[in-house]
Amino acid sequence: MYAYDELDRTLINERVSEFRDQVKRRLSGELTEDEFKILRLQNGVYLQLHAYMFRVAIPYGTLSSKQMRRFAHVARRYDRGYGHFTTRQNIQFNWIKLAELPDALAELADVGIHAMQTSGNNMRNVTSDQWAGVAPGEVEDPRIWSEILRQHTTLHPEFSFLPRKFKIAITASEHDRAAIKIHDIGLRLHKNADGETGFEVLVGGGLGRTPFIAKTIKAFVHGRDILSYVEAILRVYNQYGRRDNIYKARIKILVHELGIEKFAKEVDEEWKLMGDVGLTLDHSAIEEVRSRFSYPAYEKLPHMPDELKQAAADPLFERWRKNSVAPHKVQGYSIVTLSLKPVGGPPGDATADQMDAVADLADKYSFGEIRVGHEQNLALPHVAKRDLPQLWRALDRLGLATPNVNLVTDIIACPGLDYCSLANARSIPIAQELTRRFANHDTADMIGRLHINISGCINACGHHHVGHIGILGVEKNGEEFYQITIGGRADENAQMGVLIGPAVPYAEVADVIEDIVEAYLALRDRPEELFVDTVKRLGVEPFKERVYATR
Amino acid sequence: MTSPLEQKKIRITGPSVVTANRTWDGAVVYRTADRGWSTALADAAIVGTSDDARALLAEGVADDVGAVGAYIAPVEVKEGGVVKPGNLREHIRSKGLTIDLLPA
Repeated sequence: MYAYDELDRTLINERVSEFRDQVKRRLSGELTEDEFKILRLQNGVYLQLHAYMFRVAIPYGTLSSKQMRRFAHVARRYDRGYGHFTTRQNIQFNWIKLAELPDALAELADVGIHAMQTSGNNMRNVTSDQWAGVAPGEVEDPRIWSEILRQHTTLHPEFSFLPRKFKIAITASEHDRAAIKIHDIGLRLHKNADGETGFEVLVGGGLGRTPFIAKTIKAFVHGRDILSYVEAILRVYNQYGRRDNIYKARIKILVHELGIEKFAKEVDEEWKLMGDVGLTLDHSAIEEVRSRFSYPAYEKLPHMPDELKQAAADPLFERWRKNSVAPHKVQGYSIVTLSLKPVGGPPGDATADQMDAVADLADKYSFGEIRVGHEQNLALPHVAKRDLPQLWRALDRLGLATPNVNLVTDIIACPGLDYCSLANARSIPIAQELTRRFANHDTADMIGRLHINISGCINACGHHHVGHIGILGVEKNGEEFYQITIGGRADENAQMGVLIGPAVPYAEVADVIEDIVEAYLALRDRPEELFVDTVKRLGVEPFKERVYATR
Repeated sequence: MTSPLEQKKIRITGPSVVTANRTWDGAVVYRTADRGWSTALADAAIVGTSDDARALLAEGVADDVGAVGAYIAPVEVKEGGVVKPGNLREHIRSKGLTIDLLPA
């Protein structure tokens, strides 16, 4: 966990006072909506179909049990008893009243939570691997660098009025769980030949109506130089990025139009021109941030405790353990993913009662720490293996032990037309129906790793382009239709999915997905060949034929 | 459902209402004939021509303290004068979520 100092607390509290005054002036009519909109957006407040939506940051996906309990309280006191975890390590409350928002913000500020960098044309919440600091083989904890970037960019005037929103993600593991290649800047932490820590810097990734995979502009930037290098990128973007057309304003368009070589050259020239602007991080500055991250006092525990051996006789426990429990860097401990994708439930939602219970379980079994991943699930990052059976029983009672992590029912979905003012079609009921169709865990296990991502409009909050199967809601003559893509992925081998054919109506989506999965099962050359690899090997044609031959 | 945020020209082809979100809490509201807002669609002033729609919208937009983001939305007037939302988006705004919040 990262410990806030007095400066952080003052900044957050001042922000609450400022927003309280802005809301008061808005409600009195002193501020018009046009004047107020940019202010509310800078505090994570959107206006959706039914109500205001309040988006709160969970920097690099790390939460304390105390903070989770405060989310539960906000959900109960100010909302309708639940919250929605998003694909960018935020939580959204869907029914909050503007008049009560300053009080909710103040209660969150008490536990070091804020809503800065969650909306508007600024640097957004810097995200990272939800297993940061605990994943075996990790170069080092990427959250140190996320925090350094967060501190530098929060309320930075140069980054507060960018041409468009700007997203950074950092990973330090070989397997990318932070989806860095679909971010404006993706940073891959690694060491050079001299053993020094630095970053491969990728730029220009993003989804939405013009999707691009980020490209590398520098193979290694030393850690001490990362702030100045990122600033050079942003200066080039600020100078050349388009402000005349919202659809062409993201940095990905600039990178595409200039070409990656020219863009990289511009950044390098800007970086040289900047010279020493006081952004070089000396060792003590990095260590100061590092020192404010606390790590658990792990016990020396056996690799295979008796409790685990005994529990292995229970097939339900074993199914869950194999699916939801991952290796930890410390012997005797595990990382446990808590599925927020129960059969028939809205993906990523958690009730206030569940949040409170997860906080209690984190205190009991995970040193009071919780993580949030971009796949819209939670994780307990430091669970002793001997505690896994007890934890599983507790999670099962809470509906948080569905053994479907990374399987066909672990669906990423945006809120869609049920909530969102931008959506063209619903996402959640499609996801719910699919989880019912594939509810049998044996079937899901047999299918293997398969990511379905659903977006209710081209803005792609559900990351449909990079789903193994992507589903995009569109409108045709007032009716909901859905385009299906296959073969996308968001990891270190990220790529966009390929459209398989004409959009299908709402009522046929689940049938179509079943057809695609059945085709895969018939086409894969062995059970271990993942869906996405079968698509890579065979292309979309066999799937297209299966879906459209009888339609 | 094309977002009304993209509504550029005001041209209606059937009965319509002006709807918005109430400023203090964001609730869905409809412009009424007595120059107020109501959370009930049944209370909404219904217009049938583009000129009337324009006028009703201008009146709603002018009340910036009462409601936010006013726009014109289609409705259907059923037998007996019962008013129903004219598309899925408005149905969801009027009736609420189409989903189960708890696993089912």
